Amino acid sequence: MPWDQILSWTFLIALLAAGIRLAVPVLLAILGEIITERAGILNLGLEGIMLVGGLAGFAVAYGIESATNLRLAAAWLGLVAGAIAGALMGLMMAVLTVSFKADQVVAGVTLVLFGQGLTNYLYRQQFGLTTARVTGLPDQPLPWLAQIPVLGEVLFTHNPMVYISVLLVPLCWFFLFRTTWGLQIRAVGENPAAADTSGINVTTTRYIAILLGAALAGLGGAVLTVVQLHLFREGVTAGRGWIAVALVFFSRWYPVRALWGALLFGVADALQYRIQALGTREIPYEFLLMLPYLLTLLVLLRKSKGGEAPAALGTPYFKGRR
Amino acid sequence: MLFPNLQSKLQTLKSLHSLSFILYPVIGALLALAIGGLLIWFTGKDPLQAYQVMVSGAFGGSRQVTETILKATPLLIIGLGLTVAFRSRVWNIGAEGQYYWGALCGSVIALALPDLSPWLLIPAMLAGGILGGALWSGLAGFLHLQRGINLIIVTLMLNYIAILLVQFAVRVPLRDPDGFLPESAQFSDFAQIPRLFGTRLHAGVLLALVLVGIIYILLWRTPLGFQLRAVGSRASVARYAGINVNRSILIALMMSGGLAGLAGIIEVSYSFTRLKGNISAGYGFTAILVALLGQLRPVGVLIAALLFSALTIGAESLEITLQIPVAVAQVIQALVVLFVLAGDALARQTESG
Repeated sequence: MPWDQILSWTFLIALLAAGIRLAVPVLLAILGEIITERAGILNLGLEGIMLVGGLAGFAVAYGIESATNLRLAAAWLGLVAGAIAGALMGLMMAVLTVSFKADQVVAGVTLVLFGQGLTNYLYRQQFGLTTARVTGLPDQPLPWLAQIPVLGEVLFTHNPMVYISVLLVPLCWFFLFRTTWGLQIRAVGENPAAADTSGINVTTTRYIAILLGAALAGLGGAVLTVVQLHLFREGVTAGRGWIAVALVFFSRWYPVRALWGALLFGVADALQYRIQALGTREIPYEFLLMLPYLLTLLVLLRKSKGGEAPAALGTPYFKGRR
Repeated sequence: MLFPNLQSKLQTLKSLHSLSFILYPVIGALLALAIGGLLIWFTGKDPLQAYQVMVSGAFGGSRQVTETILKATPLLIIGLGLTVAFRSRVWNIGAEGQYYWGALCGSVIALALPDLSPWLLIPAMLAGGILGGALWSGLAGFLHLQRGINLIIVTLMLNYIAILLVQFAVRVPLRDPDGFLPESAQFSDFAQIPRLFGTRLHAGVLLALVLVGIIYILLWRTPLGFQLRAVGSRASVARYAGINVNRSILIALMMSGGLAGLAGIIEVSYSFTRLKGNISAGYGFTAILVALLGQLRPVGVLIAALLFSALTIGAESLEITLQIPVAVAQVIQALVVLFVLAGDALARQTESG
């Protein structure tokens, strides 16, 4: 093991910077899922939603880029497409669980399998076995801030989606805890019958929360394919959607804790890439690939204190029935 | 409201509800096939011709039927296990990992005792597969019950870990030193599950059919089955009635894991005759859909397994003849379940509403 390399400043700085970048898709999905679960809906479909968002984003970015060569516009429109595609998947979830009151676990798991099948089919149909690529978004070092030694390189030399995602954390907190909509969402998640009595439309609120959450997850998938990997392949999310669901438990349904959870995943993922890149043979690469999943389990092993799950999480609401 | 006249629609559907358990799955399947046809049509191919190709690819002759039955076998075995789990509302999403881990444990036995008489070796391998799968799901159960980790999350994370462990095993400790690829040595002839009466079908097919009966009897004719179903329908009431809920959860988990492991070692012994890094084609996940579509009834699971297998086999000939990606089968499978799910939920609403 080349410990002198691993314990060097350059390795650590590069590791943290890469960790922040890799945290973004998961962070977006966690934030979305927090909003959804705060409304009392457990959306387990994230993995499928991220895949569909990832393919939609990639396909749109690829299509525009190859037609017009407007690379920046292609990337941004791709990201928008990813969010819209995610919301459409969310609509399916909402119809099933809110209108039809189907079991949320079953609906979510089925949505994942649907997303996997659909993306495998469409990608193979459209791109065959070739590997198409897109340019993505360039890094935007922030003026002044990027000049700070160490800190500047770790925090302020990223692509715009990194900054946007980090800004979404306080925004999400503000939305949930300081706006009427946020209050309504939380009320519906805690006690839908009481919320209904006080004039909140439970159905509409849950639809909005699911659509919003799924749009964020879809955006996360698009960031992964368009901005980070510049390509799509079958099962490209590699469990990130499930890890996001797990980290919502870790975050105790608070946006700020979501940031720490996502960073933990990002750094584990970056560590895995970088140790592999060093070409060390002492740790088999399969064990490095396991790192994010193992770490997710380890994090959940420690029972964290703090908020409880929304009281109505996972249960459908029947009007006029207690 | 997105569905303003839902209530009136529900009223019309209400009169049909006695038929609903047969009707809704059929309508669901037809709708899914229609959307699948639409997907095929988008790519400029004729959907009717495509479905014809699929049907003849899955059922067109004895060779095709054999393939369909062979592919249905792991789905059926895993699906039966998941039926036990889901009946107890134990959300085991980890069948894929349990399948891999069972295959690994059974393969170790096959590789360690190549000269043992098949009368001993095959049962030992199958037992190894069952035990391996059950231990892997038991680990998930331990982490869930003792440490409070959400069961879905823990079974899922263990999938990735199990698959990577098998890939490591065939690359390093179990690797065939004479081979080019990361895979184990070929099993001895004694370790290959016997075929039936000169056909390509194997003893595992029979075993799976027997399991349909065993799981039915277990769930509906034994005290244990009653306990498991009671925990599934109302855990709090079951607890009040003196049922050890945690024990039931662990039993349901380990039974489903054991069957997934059994399917794993059967597949490895028959289809590959050696352990490889990729032995599944997503059986553990497809079996979730199979169990759900079969409405968690053993005979229903048998029919669903055959249907899903036929879809996959049919789609393979679709890819060969019309160049339509085989993944179209996966889309249709998920759509069937989504529609049946919706129909089921509607049926229950009309019944109670």
